[in-house]
Amino acid sequence: MDNFSPKSWKQESKPHLFCPGCGHAIALKQLGYAIDELGAQRNTTLGIDIGCSLLAWDFFDIDTVQTHHGRTTPVMVGYKIARPERIALAYMGDGGGYAIGLQSLIHAAFRNNPVTVILINNENYAMTGGQLSPTTETGVKTTTSPSGKDIKFGPGFKGPELLRQTANEKAFIARASVSNPVQLKNLLIKAIKNQTENNSFSFVEVLSICPINWKTDAKQSFERLKEMEKYYPIGEI
Amino acid sequence: MEDKKLFITGNEAAVLGAIDAGAQVMFGYPITPASEILQGWVAKADLSSAKAEENKNLQYLQTEDEIAAGFGVLGVVLGGKKAFTASAGPGHILLQDSLAMAENLRLPFVGIMMQRGGPSTGTVNFSQQEVSLAAFGGNGDGLRIVYSASSVRELYELVIQAFNDAWQYRFPAIVLGDGYLGKTRSTVSLKKPGKLISSYPILEEKTQSTNLRNCYSSEESFGEVLKKNIADWNKNKSVIAKSENFQTDGAEILIVAHGLVASAAKEAVANLSLENIKIGLFRPITLNPLDSIALKEAAKKAKKIFIIESALNQLARIIKYELAGLPIEFIEIAKPAEGFTPEEIVNRIKNT
Repeated sequence: MDNFSPKSWKQESKPHLFCPGCGHAIALKQLGYAIDELGAQRNTTLGIDIGCSLLAWDFFDIDTVQTHHGRTTPVMVGYKIARPERIALAYMGDGGGYAIGLQSLIHAAFRNNPVTVILINNENYAMTGGQLSPTTETGVKTTTSPSGKDIKFGPGFKGPELLRQTANEKAFIARASVSNPVQLKNLLIKAIKNQTENNSFSFVEVLSICPINWKTDAKQSFERLKEMEKYYPIGEI
Repeated sequence: MEDKKLFITGNEAAVLGAIDAGAQVMFGYPITPASEILQGWVAKADLSSAKAEENKNLQYLQTEDEIAAGFGVLGVVLGGKKAFTASAGPGHILLQDSLAMAENLRLPFVGIMMQRGGPSTGTVNFSQQEVSLAAFGGNGDGLRIVYSASSVRELYELVIQAFNDAWQYRFPAIVLGDGYLGKTRSTVSLKKPGKLISSYPILEEKTQSTNLRNCYSSEESFGEVLKKNIADWNKNKSVIAKSENFQTDGAEILIVAHGLVASAAKEAVANLSLENIKIGLFRPITLNPLDSIALKEAAKKAKKIFIIESALNQLARIIKYELAGLPIEFIEIAKPAEGFTPEEIVNRIKNT
């Protein structure tokens, strides 16, 4: 094992299968560090959605179940009912959380189910070829908005702000970005602690980069991420 | 074990079956004619209720939809406890999402489906139109155990059987009933189950982690998983399959029917026998897998087989597949979403 990988990572599944430059890897590294810091590796169960998220199905040396699209939240809500002493994490993309699985996400927040949802927002359905997602901002080109996303398909979808409106007041809700890994890790730790210490719901949206579908190089990817951060404010919500 | 005599509905019997099977969590979304199962479970679980079961630690969640109910069941069983849901018709359709995952990952999902007619509100009390859905509804190969109950007492017993089979063989299990069965109140003596199959954590929580997936990098690697699942199914299906044979010895006319239709058919067979007609009833208790050995035995002397159901050829497809090639005349009597009286069956048999 190298000195930089989180201890909770599964070494046999590395190098990982995400595209070169993918933001998922940054987010999963910080999640690994967060779990290490909390000493939670043997006490955590991770649910994984489909889409690019599914590539994390064997990413960690942690009990993991990869579910159907949008169904990771209810699976982990159920798991937590059976095993309240364990930490239940649900990992998904913006399509899984804000489109097909939104109903379950809102209701888990509304009921204050003690699970932690981590949602990677890269503004597109990346695994299926870069279609627009609810979070794609107005004017952005995708394979289903070839001349830029028309406002008639809605502006960029603000998930944490929506959840805040319906969630229990004890729920921890935040937005982070892969541009600031330390802050991302700290918000993940806070979110997990809200589950373990307050027996409450927590949610962290992670703004992320998708160089393949954005058709950006490293520099352009982080420039676009900076623009995203202007529309999608970072921090606790 | 002492039998207890009770005056209860089918839906109440289903709740008692789940409790006696060791179920600890129910997920549900209200839907006629299965709502009383959710209500009945909540009454047992709510410790302030007079009907609460003591020291059972029963839990429940009324979910945002049936999709979440089904996946909630999967979450609980992954954690090692017995869980179930109950639904009907349109809800049963939404549950196919989680059933497909249960089938592929071999998760012991248990569902009680009280069939109703057609889409949307349709009719809310009766049909047998959910047979194909229960047995073959997913984007898999139908490795699900499907039972059909024909009495209140049997509903109780099959719910227990479903939990035992699901946890022993690790295939999802569905108990079919209908609204009339669910709402009929009758005096029954329930035999407490003998041995129960214990639940255990499926995400194993060993020193090395378990990573379960529904994603494969090649047709071959997925094919290997499916081959193993199918081999397990084939190995166990004759043990899982159950049927009732009523006067089938030497029967020249055989009726095949399930659920409440089989109850009417049984009465018809009894009446026709009084007229020295050599007629019997084969009643599949499991629709999938089918008790094909018993069916072939029952059909040995049969010249005509009447397949009677409140659906269009859903049972018939299962039966004819098993008996393909035999020199038997099949007569399918299908009345989708409508019931049968014994008299009607007697008349149809006599006039065919």
